Formats: sequence, C-alpha cells, structure tokens
Amino acid sequence: MIRYIRWCAYFCALLLVALLVNVARVQVWESAGYGVNPANKRPAIERYAEPRGDITVDGRPVTGSRDSRQLLRYERTYKNGPLYAPVTGFSSQTYGTSFLERAEDPVLSGTDPGLSAFPLWYELARGRPGGGNAATTIRASMQLAAYTGLAGKRGAVAAVEPATGRILALVSSPSYDPALLSGTGPKVKEAWEKLNADPAKPMLNRALRETYPPGSTFKIVTAAAALDAGTVTDVDAPTQTPDPYPLPGTNTLLPNAGTGCADASMADAVQWSCNTVMAKIGVQVGLRGMTEAARRFGFNDDGLRVPAWVSRSNFDTDMSPDQLALSSIGQFNTKATPLQMAMVAAAVANGGVLKTPYLVDRTTQDDGDPVRRTDQHTLGRAMTPLTAMRMQELMVKVVENGTGKNAEIPGAVVGGKTGTAQHGVGNAGTPYAWFISWAAKEGGAPPAVAVAVVVEDASAVRGDISGNGAAAPIARAVMEAALAAPAPSTP
Amino acid sequence: MTALTAKVAEPAPPPPPDVHAPKRRGVELSLLFGAVSIAVLGHLYVGLTTTGHIPHPASHYAAGLALAALAAHLAVRLCAPYADPLLLPIAVLLNGLGLVLIQRLDATTPGHVTAGEQLRWSALGVALFVLAVMALRDHRVLQKYAYLAAAAALALMLVPVFFPAVNGAHIWIRFGGLSFQPGEFAKILLAVFFAAYLAANRTALALTGRTLFWRLKLLPGRVLGPILAVWLLSVGVLVLERDLGTSLLFFGLFVIMLFTATGRIGWIAIGLLLAAVGAYAVGTFEPHVNSRVDDWLNPFASIERGDGPGQLAQSLFAFGAGGLLGAGLGHGQSFLIGFAAKSDFILATAGEELGLVGLTAILLLYGLLVSRGFRAGLALRDPFGRLLATGLASILALQVFVIAGGVTGLIPLTGMAMPFLAQGGSSVVTNWIIVALLIRLSDSARRPRPEGSDGPDGPDGSDRSAEEGDA
Repeated sequence: MIRYIRWCAYFCALLLVALLVNVARVQVWESAGYGVNPANKRPAIERYAEPRGDITVDGRPVTGSRDSRQLLRYERTYKNGPLYAPVTGFSSQTYGTSFLERAEDPVLSGTDPGLSAFPLWYELARGRPGGGNAATTIRASMQLAAYTGLAGKRGAVAAVEPATGRILALVSSPSYDPALLSGTGPKVKEAWEKLNADPAKPMLNRALRETYPPGSTFKIVTAAAALDAGTVTDVDAPTQTPDPYPLPGTNTLLPNAGTGCADASMADAVQWSCNTVMAKIGVQVGLRGMTEAARRFGFNDDGLRVPAWVSRSNFDTDMSPDQLALSSIGQFNTKATPLQMAMVAAAVANGGVLKTPYLVDRTTQDDGDPVRRTDQHTLGRAMTPLTAMRMQELMVKVVENGTGKNAEIPGAVVGGKTGTAQHGVGNAGTPYAWFISWAAKEGGAPPAVAVAVVVEDASAVRGDISGNGAAAPIARAVMEAALAAPAPSTP
Repeated sequence: MTALTAKVAEPAPPPPPDVHAPKRRGVELSLLFGAVSIAVLGHLYVGLTTTGHIPHPASHYAAGLALAALAAHLAVRLCAPYADPLLLPIAVLLNGLGLVLIQRLDATTPGHVTAGEQLRWSALGVALFVLAVMALRDHRVLQKYAYLAAAAALALMLVPVFFPAVNGAHIWIRFGGLSFQPGEFAKILLAVFFAAYLAANRTALALTGRTLFWRLKLLPGRVLGPILAVWLLSVGVLVLERDLGTSLLFFGLFVIMLFTATGRIGWIAIGLLLAAVGAYAVGTFEPHVNSRVDDWLNPFASIERGDGPGQLAQSLFAFGAGGLLGAGLGHGQSFLIGFAAKSDFILATAGEELGLVGLTAILLLYGLLVSRGFRAGLALRDPFGRLLATGLASILALQVFVIAGGVTGLIPLTGMAMPFLAQGGSSVVTNWIIVALLIRLSDSARRPRPEGSDGPDGPDGSDRSAEEGDA
C-alpha cells in the first residue's frame, strides 16, 4: 500500500508541475499577446488612470484633464478647443489621438522613458510617472489673429519664424472642438459621425494635410529657380514674352489676369503676377532645373514631421513643356500645403536657408524638468544668398506697389506674393485665394515671420477672389501680431 | 496484508516520555506568527491602496486572526501534540490570503461587500477545527460510521435539487440570508466511507474475482457492489445538479482510493477510460458543459464574434497582466472578470496582483499541504488511516488542480472553490475540517510507539519518505 500511496503522491506532484508550467506559460509567454488584445481593457485603464500631461502655448496650458469617475478615469479637456485643434489634435478614449496628441503621446501619457530618472524602477513597480508637458512654438496672439481673420471662411494659415523654423501659427477653418471626442459613449460617437459627415470637413487640418494648387504664389519658386540657374540674370530686363503666351507644342493660349504683361521683365512679372512671363521662364529653366528648385524648397518630400506628419506637396517630375509651363505658375499638378508655402516665403526671408519647421519647442516632466528640446535643423539651401536678396526686393515691391498692397504694415518691411489658383474640372471650382509673405521690423532687422494664407471661399463671388482681397488682410493681421509680440526668449 | 477489518481500538495508550520524538509545536507557533503577520500586513496594504488610509478596525482584525490561530494552535498542542507542524500554518496563511484578496475585490464592488461574511465563516471553520481536534481523539473511530457517512453524504447531495438553481447549478441550499453548498461536506463523508470500506475489503478486492484475460481480473461484484452504488449515486446526483467540478472530483477520488487499496493498474485504466467516455458524452450533449469546453478550446472566440471577452478570456488577461512580479495588491483590474471574481476566479486576482512569483508560492503552499497529507498516510500503520489520509490529500490536490487548471486554461473550466482562498462559507468550513482530520492523522502517524507494538500492517510504515516534499 505504501507504494501505491507514493504513486498517488507522484501523480499529484505531476498535476502541480502541470499547473506551474501552465501558469508560467500564461503569465510570461502569453502575457504580451494578452496585453495587446483589443478586448483587453487594461492598457486603456492604465493609460487614463492618471491626468494626461498638457500641451502649452506661450507657457500656458491649452489642454486639461477631467476626472470622469468612469473606468477610464481622466478625460481630455481643451481650453479654446477649436482655436488650437489643428495644433493639438484630439485625444479620445474612443478614437485614439491625432497631431500633437499623437506625436507627443509617450510624453503626455507618461510612458516616455525620458520622463523619469530611473525608467527601470517604473518597469519593476509597474507604475508610470505623471504625464509630461509639451511646450509648443505657437504664439497665442498670432494664432488668434489668424483664427479671427479666417472666421466664417474656409481656409488655413501657417506662420513660421524664418530664422529658426518655429511654427508660430497653425490655423484651419472651419475648426471643431476636440473635447467633443474626449470620452466614451454614444455622445462621442454621435459627435464623431457628425464631424466626419460635415461637408465643411471641420476635422481636416488644412494647414498641414490639405494640398491646394498654389497658383501665382509658386512664381516665387520659379523666379528663384531662374535666378539660381542663371536663366535670368537681370530681373529688370524685358523677357520678350507675348501676351497671351502660346504653351509650347500646343495651340493653347495662356492669358493674363491683368494688363501690361507683354514683354515684361521678371521683376514686373512678380509684381503684377504675370502668368505669361513666369510660365515662359519656367520652360526656359527646364524640367530638371524646376524640379530641383521645387525639391530644395521642400516639395516632393513626404518625410516631413513637425512632429505630426505633413502631407506631401507636389511638383511633377515628368512633364511635357506645356505642362511645365502651367506647373511653373502653380497650376496643373502642382500642389502645396499652406505650411509648404510659408516655408517658401521663409526661405526667401532667411537668405535662402530653409529651416525645418517644428511645432514642439521642448517637452518637460510634470515638475518642469526638461525631457527633450527640439534642435533646430536646416532642411537645406533653397537658393543662393544673392538670389534670396533679389527675391526679397521683388516681394517687397509686390506689397509696396503691386498686387499685394493690402498687406502693408506701417513701420515694417513686408514682402509678399498673391495668388489665385484655379481648380476643378475646367476650372469650374471657386478659385483659391493665396497670400504668402514675410515681415521684418524696419531698420535692417531680420524677418521675424513668414506667413502663408489660403482662403477657399465658396460663398464669395468669383471675381472677388484674389489673394489681395481675401488673403492679404489675414496675413497682415498675423504679421502685425508677430511684430507686436516681444520676440520669444530662446535660452 | 492480513486483516480484513482494522481493530477499532480504544484510544491509544499514552506514549512513554521519549526525547527522540520531536513534537515541533514551537516550530508551528513561529510559523503561525509568520502566517498571521503576512495576512495582517496584506490587510493593511490593501486598505491603504484601495481607500488611502489604514482600515479602521485593523487592530481588531489582527487580534481576531491571531486569536483564531492561537486557539487552533492550543487545540493541536493539547490534543494532537505530535501533529505535523506545517499543516495548521499553511491553512491559516491560505485562509488569511483569501481574506486579503476578497477584501481587495470588495473595493471594486462597493455594493457587494463579502469580506466580513467570509471572516465569520473562517472563524466558524477554525472553531469546528478546534472542536474536531478535541473531540476526535482517534481517527479509527470514524470507521464505525462508514455507512452512516455514506447515507449522510447522499442526503446532503440530494437536498439542493429541491432548491432553485444558481448560475445553472443546483448546488445551493438557502435559508434565511445564508446559503451553503452541502456538496462540500459530502466530500469528507465520502472519503471516510471509501476509506473504511476499502480498508475492510481490500484483500477481497485485490485477490479475488474472475480473470478476464492474462492478469486483468474483474472485481468481485459482491464486494464492489455497495461502493460502486454509492459512487454512481453521488455522480448521478451531481449530473442532475450540473455541478461537474465536484463530479470530476468524486470520480478522481474514487479511482485514486481504489488504486491505493488494491494496487490494480487495470482499474485505473478502466476508470480513466470511463471518465473520458463520460466526459465526452456530457461535453457533447450537455449545453452547459459544451459551452465550457468550447470556451476552453478557444477562449477568444467571443471576442472574434464581437461579443467582447468571456470570463475565461478575462481571467487569462488578468493572469497575463500580472506577469512575473504582479501589479501589486490593489493595483490590478481583475474585477473585469465579473461576478465570479471572488469565488471561482479568485486565483486570477492573485495572479494579476501577486504575479507569477506570488501565484507559484500559493500553488507550492497547496503542494506542501497535500504532500504533508500523503506523508501522514505513509507513516500511519492502519489501512483505514492510510486510505483516509491519501483520500483527503487527493481531495485537496484534485480541487486545486481542477479549479486552478480551469481558470488558467489548462483544462475546461468547472465551477469549484479554491480551498481556503475562494469566497464561499461551506468550502472554507469543509477545508478546515479536512485539515483537522489531517492533523489527527499526522498526530497518530508521528506519535512514538512503544517498542514491539507494530500496527496490523507489520513494520513497514516507517517514515521512509522524508524526501517526498514535492507533491
């Protein structure tokens, strides 16, 4: 009997070993797989168990957290949600995150290893440090100026600091309140469906994600390309361009919106926005020269992160001369985001050096200790310093005595370029009004701001749309705000 | 291998003073101190993490636990001085941990606080333990009541059929505000009956019967009849009551005890075959069980269907979330499992909050408890005692395996209470009585015998299995 009792004991030992092995399998091997199962609520519970870190503008938070007393405890709140929506994006317990909320999520939600001096400690203790904060480069006054300027219209504004690449304003209109999407439940679902079904596309970030034909504002790129390539050496020399200009290899005639463009010089062509002259110059520069110039300004780059990703601005690389002619005046397949066109203006303002735009200045722990600073990078040299100087002169003329008079600011040097872009089948769509510009305080100070404004206003009469009428006043308001505000201290 | 019936002796003669027979009561006391300390610290810790302050009657709680442990210890010291010193501390520690886990889960279900009730049941369990240790001075007395035990067990199991089902199982009796599972008590009674009957008839079982072919012999029907009848009745009742966990347990207990008594492998094989056939049949035709088997085969099927995770999936999530070290007491989310988190799935909370380390420790505690039961069985000299110790240890082992294997996805889930840990009064009380019996058995086993007074089984019962602490 002793032997049989022993066998039973061995059998029970076997059962115990089976249990232990299986428990180890579940808790160690399978653990990670269970953790990422979408039906497992734990990651979400843990994620929302602590207040989320804040996104700040001018050192003041534009976000907050609210204790919902639900399973997912803290919900995101927004102060001035619609104003900053293109910057912050949303942080939703139902639909995830977007824009800065997504790009800086590790810091804001407290998972970033840089948030604690001893990340390993949190690994062991299974806790997480409090969410850190992300300080943006946005200036509240400029953001507000752009937002009020666009009120009631569809469009976008992007403003950057030419010397650093800091994004100073980023507005998309119409906007939405991200707070509507913060929580869970039928109300959030309803809001989400409503926002997505809205024909005005309030959730579209037009400043970063929508590409528009840039129209005449692209002539800055064409002019810079011509100067860099030596196609044009004297900006005041007549270009012997017929008006209208027959597109090479076709019978199509390209007209001008204004008069006095026949045989105009490049300076006049920029000042009065002559399609014929700039199209011809683009063809003279040639496909390779134009694509190179567009690339140097930041076109055809789908890797730009600010840290949210930015849609690729397009300049075709394989075209017949007539298509190249249209592309050189910002038509055909040429498309640009408002941020891209702000970068074009900034490159001119910064002596030809294009700085990588960025939106997050630094991230800090919840007690203010730094986690990371964003370094300023040069994206590249868009044009020679000499070309940049000439381009600045040309752009100043546009505002002083050209198509962009509405952007004038007393006591400041302002350079700009208007644009009216046609789009739609047979150009049936309402044209977009563009204005890109930069401004510097008088007295030889470096330009403090570069702006791009686009207005797509379906309610306006076709003839009323022009860069000068619709877009330039908004650009002026933003630049005024930039010049009025004390320059941000950059330690 | 001679006696058909063990002598039901008058209480054993008082042992001579023997310096070589260690009683180890001091070891037990210090281990008890440790067990109570762990439980009290756990209580304080859970209070701090779930409410933010130390629970109000903490000192009462600590004093209560300490007093209960002390009372049990005194009963053992006075009435079973040679008992195994590990049994009681392990029981106290597991019961204390169970109370801590239930208190922790109460924090997530404010409308359904059960820790107090469990505490009262535990106190009753300890009281019954003391009573049993003091009243039962010799386990062999139980042999006299074998048939009574069988009758009582069947009666206890039949009663709940007349009560409404809870969660698809007729296993509860309710009167007043209390509900308990009589089936729990039936386990002990059946073990006693099997042990007594097999001890009396094991020679007949082992040596008689028609040879079927080669060495496989049929058991004599005359001997096998009563025991088979009792067992079939109990299993039949269980199938009626939809309590398959207990049914599985009885079956396993029956096979193990039959094997221990007769040593016939053939019976094990036949038993397992029968079990497999029965399990297959029940698993196919009984929807309640069928769904459990499906769940076991694919715990995440409901997620793929879009119905959200089922209980087993939630349980696996909890274990997985615990990882190696656990989230810490009070930091887990095991309430997501739902209504059974405090009973059947209590182990998931242990797994999530104490981690693989804590869970392994708990499982090893059970292993230690079971192995000590087997050791008592090995050291005893009378066949009844041996069979009873083996049976009781196997009950514990099978229960732990069935429920722990069920909640971790090793075997299909059958509702059963984790001994000492899970919420459920009848279970706690029953397990305390099992421990009381093991204490009594181990006391007999380790009690020094006067020279030349070998038991009926000859001098083969010496404790040759000191190294067997792994089962």
